[in-house]
Amino acid sequence: MAIEIQPERLQEPGGREPSDLPRTRPWWARPAVHTGLLGAVIGYLFGHWLGNFIGGGYRQAVLGDQNDLAIVLGYVFGTIGWLAGLGIFNDLGRFLAGKPFPEVTHEPAGGLARYFRFTLDHKVVGIQYLVGMIIYFLTGGLFAMAIRTELLSPTSHVLGPGVYLEVVGEHGTMMMMMMSSVVLGPFGQYLAPLMIGSKRMAFPRLEALGFWLTPAAFVILLSAVLWGGFPTGWTGYADLSVQATQGMDAYLVAFGLMGISMILAGFNIIATIICYRAPGMRWSRLPIFVWSMFTVSFLQVLAAPVLVAGFYMTITDRTVQTAFFTPDLGGSTYLYEDLFWFFGHPEVYILALPGFGIVSEILPVFCRRPLFGYKVGAAGMFGVAILSFFVWQHHLFDSGIDPDMRPLFMLTTELISIPTGFIYLTAMGTFWKAKIRLTVPMLFALGMYFNFLIGGISGVFLSDVPADTTAHGSFFVMAHFHYTIMGGLMFAFMAGLYYWLPKMTGIRLNERLGKIQFWTMFIFFNSTFLPLFALGNMGMPRRVFEYARNLQTLNDWVSVSAFCLGGSILIFLINVVWSTVIARVPETGNPWNSRGLEWQVSSPPPPENFARIPVVLSGPYEYGVKNAPPVADLNPPPGLIASALASSGTEA
Amino acid sequence: MSLRSRIAVLAIAFAAVVAGGFFVVVHYLLGPTPQTVDFTAGHASGQPVNMTIMTDPVNDVSGTPDWVSYFVQSPQTGQWMHSTTWQLPAHTRINVTAYEFDTCDPLRNQYWGKVTGTVGDVMQVSGEAAGVNGTVSVVNSNTTCGVAHTFTVPGLGLNVPFEGVLYTASNQCTHGPCAMSTTHTVTKFSFVTPGPGSYRWQCFIPCGLATDDGNGHAMSTLGFMTGFLQVVA
Amino acid sequence: MAAATEAGAAAGRPEPRHGVRIAVIWLVLAVAADLVIWFVWGPHMPPGNMSTSAADQQFDFNVLSVIAAPVMLAVFIYFGYALTMWRQRPGDEEDGPGHLRGEARVQAAWIIVTSAIVLGLAGFGTYELIAPAGAGAGEGPQPIWKPAGVNTSSLTSWVPNTKNILQVQVIAQQWLFTYRYPQFGGMETTQLELPVGQPVEFHVTSLDVIHSFWAIQLGVKADANPFLDNVAYTTPEHTGGFTVRCDELCGIWHGAMYNYGSVVPVTAFQSWVKATETRLAALTKTLPPFALVYTPNEISGLAKFYYQAGLPGAGGQYYGPQDPEQP
Repeated sequence: MAIEIQPERLQEPGGREPSDLPRTRPWWARPAVHTGLLGAVIGYLFGHWLGNFIGGGYRQAVLGDQNDLAIVLGYVFGTIGWLAGLGIFNDLGRFLAGKPFPEVTHEPAGGLARYFRFTLDHKVVGIQYLVGMIIYFLTGGLFAMAIRTELLSPTSHVLGPGVYLEVVGEHGTMMMMMMSSVVLGPFGQYLAPLMIGSKRMAFPRLEALGFWLTPAAFVILLSAVLWGGFPTGWTGYADLSVQATQGMDAYLVAFGLMGISMILAGFNIIATIICYRAPGMRWSRLPIFVWSMFTVSFLQVLAAPVLVAGFYMTITDRTVQTAFFTPDLGGSTYLYEDLFWFFGHPEVYILALPGFGIVSEILPVFCRRPLFGYKVGAAGMFGVAILSFFVWQHHLFDSGIDPDMRPLFMLTTELISIPTGFIYLTAMGTFWKAKIRLTVPMLFALGMYFNFLIGGISGVFLSDVPADTTAHGSFFVMAHFHYTIMGGLMFAFMAGLYYWLPKMTGIRLNERLGKIQFWTMFIFFNSTFLPLFALGNMGMPRRVFEYARNLQTLNDWVSVSAFCLGGSILIFLINVVWSTVIARVPETGNPWNSRGLEWQVSSPPPPENFARIPVVLSGPYEYGVKNAPPVADLNPPPGLIASALASSGTEA
Repeated sequence: MSLRSRIAVLAIAFAAVVAGGFFVVVHYLLGPTPQTVDFTAGHASGQPVNMTIMTDPVNDVSGTPDWVSYFVQSPQTGQWMHSTTWQLPAHTRINVTAYEFDTCDPLRNQYWGKVTGTVGDVMQVSGEAAGVNGTVSVVNSNTTCGVAHTFTVPGLGLNVPFEGVLYTASNQCTHGPCAMSTTHTVTKFSFVTPGPGSYRWQCFIPCGLATDDGNGHAMSTLGFMTGFLQVVA
Repeated sequence: MAAATEAGAAAGRPEPRHGVRIAVIWLVLAVAADLVIWFVWGPHMPPGNMSTSAADQQFDFNVLSVIAAPVMLAVFIYFGYALTMWRQRPGDEEDGPGHLRGEARVQAAWIIVTSAIVLGLAGFGTYELIAPAGAGAGEGPQPIWKPAGVNTSSLTSWVPNTKNILQVQVIAQQWLFTYRYPQFGGMETTQLELPVGQPVEFHVTSLDVIHSFWAIQLGVKADANPFLDNVAYTTPEHTGGFTVRCDELCGIWHGAMYNYGSVVPVTAFQSWVKATETRLAALTKTLPPFALVYTPNEISGLAKFYYQAGLPGAGGQYYGPQDPEQP
């Protein structure tokens, strides 16, 4: 395994001494978001013109009042222009021209401008992701408030049927698409190198590119409302997707861009974890959070390409009259369903596994005991990841697939609940005779376990084909995935945020507001989503703006609870803004007394993470273990690594 | 500037962008709310209500001028309004006169060629362009110049196929709202509204050109080929 | 000071047997919960027992609930017990115990027990899918699990209590369901009436995009795909009304795509179907012949009017593959 020996002195390109002041231009002259926007506009205009030039004469375009090719190419070139304006291709250009380019993977401390730039420092990218993900989550949440407003009454319509479907599609896609990186982005990118004792990521440019694709995807997805939205919901089923108007193109391009972002982020994390572990960081000492990032990255790399392929085919169906999914011309709607769900099922584990990683990471710190069944927990994550590729037909039990396949997929879906259950094994074992401290991160982690249990068990109901015949496509499924994804992942995200924000920014979030946020969020989350199980079984399908009269009382209860849940998220937003902007209470040490390697450096970490590559001496969960060595030696003698490599005969 | 003030400036600028984006999105989402044409104002109970509607091959009054669309004649002003949400009184007989300016098509599902839900389950068709004149209960869109559009209200069990204009007819309407001097067919029927409620209506001839299966565009947009009957007490 | 009291107390009282306590609490609550679920809630569990498939689904929900409740209770009780008994006392800064004995056995036991439950449920689910004729789920064009005792399907007539199964075709289109009865002249209607106690074979297909036929109280759900015949079986057992809703997003009016059906006594069904056949005779003559799938964008060979007129464009070819403007 290659460990890159970092030179101990910084080398500026062009042979300048590092003690010289770096020659930098003012923030508005360097490529950043403002040049990116300029590039995006220019790119969009060019792409739109190109699409009209190529396809403007098709009778379909003339009769249909729209040239989908112009819109798609506009978005694609707009994104390329956005990236070019941000300076993402500059290093590639220098490389191709034979010029030197900087390989400095850390930004010097201080300043806000770096958060609006293309940067090679994974810590800056992590913060960029954090702010981005919070924005995307809140936007999706606003759409959810609109949905619940419409569902207050089955007869009087606030939004109307077409607008309601737009809103449903925007909410679902915003959440499922943008939030797939909600943990891997902010926490994975920020913490993985710190947790493995590395100064950098393996592919920092890919990592930053992966981030900068997300604002483009966000804006493109939102722009769908300018065209009247897309009517298919987040699943984008053909044939309706080919029938839909321009908004559908926005969905396809946006989701495709997020797929590419997921693939790039995945590559980066896999290479980093395999190749950049510090000496002594054996696989058996890897923090469980890093295991979850590792397995999730495999899922992203293997599943997202199928999604991108499926959307590419839908785009060509809509623009250049291919016939992949159009039954009239010999295509198959089943092909789309299979391609989508082949990605779609691993996608939900891309969402769930990082949540498992966070809560398993947090639990030992606040129980002051080693993580029980660490190996089984890590194996469980791999088991979930592998099995998740074998279960996707359970979304298609009633679709008319070969009936013989259904017992097989029922079996694999039931089997996947075994490794999923291992997180409860590790949690319950860690609790045994522990010393539990109920801090805010711990509260959120407990909430995650509570909610995910309900969500996961309802998944077992859905895997049973006869029970699925009633529950498929109904609000029962909605309740199931909201419990697992929102109740599981988002509660874990909150736990991670309250736990790691002191590490990332040196500021702590207000504990009182945090506890208020937890209790309101927990109570209103359950009161919103628990009745949905009943609503689904009583005959309310998904994505409907009308429902049976006798279900109105329950729907009103759910809507009011949802508004209160929105209120608790508002408390969260207030807490974040107050604590990071106004109060700024410093928290620079190790407030949780954690043995994690990331906590052994200052908060926020020094620009290059570790002054010297540490030597890891023991695992991070050895709480209460007598005579456990400290987790790492942060000041190994110079030359230790080189001599160890030389003596083992490995080329330095 | 100190860090705090820089952060504050950024936060305010950000909040402004967010508010702007929010209002843009809400405007586009809530903007196209359909206007309601009210047939209940000044209506004496027990009296029937007369409603005049027409279907045009182009509408020329919206952002998508070449979409097929329904129009309704305002009971107050007599002007043709581009609206498909019509407010009607409950428990009242509605006498409908429908002018059809669009050309005829075969039905995708022949079931919609049968008149149901009207008084007598029949409609009266006139106009030399129509395939079959007189009292009609079933239109066979395979053997005659068939149906141009239907007016179907699933909640009332009402379905009326409007016979269309022959392709070869002269003086066809090319500008919406269509003038009575251009070739058209006339269909008259009556139905009785039930108790108060909101009843959706749609057309069953897919006329969304260049969309897959023809059910996109005008077919899927309120205000064109689909709408609501708001029945009020 | 605190440490001394702690040690003294520990010496005086033995460590309570946490495992036994948790197990006893769990046993009592689990049995109580299961009894309530099975006997009180069970008979009212959706989707009810109006048909064989609905009753089968209700049974499955009850069994799954009876197994799920103890599992969930075990986790919740354990969590609650841990949070009560093993909280860190204020002022205590020590860590908990490190690795304890018996960890490997606990893990092995967990894996074995969860695997057994899950595999048992998979077997149970498979049996419950096959035995009652596919449990009301759509089986595609070649169904393999059919009701016992009915093995012919004649398209020309149907009499109750014979081997000939009643066939109902569900045609889904944007945005309403229509129903065709091939054994009664191929009549098409928007009313769905079924005879009680007689097995029914639903053939679900679509004329445009993907819909889904969900007869809620009958426990039948089958996706309607264009150019595909999706077959589902059920036998209604009680008379009454049921709701049919579209269960797959199909466009603007998906939420309003529903109608009501009813299960009636056999004689009532037979008189209804005869009366309807007569009433709709004129319409039935204009319908295309009954087929398991339709090609709605091809103008039927019956539509000679359009071929003779040589009508061009979308109106004439009606969105067929030859039309350069489509799709």
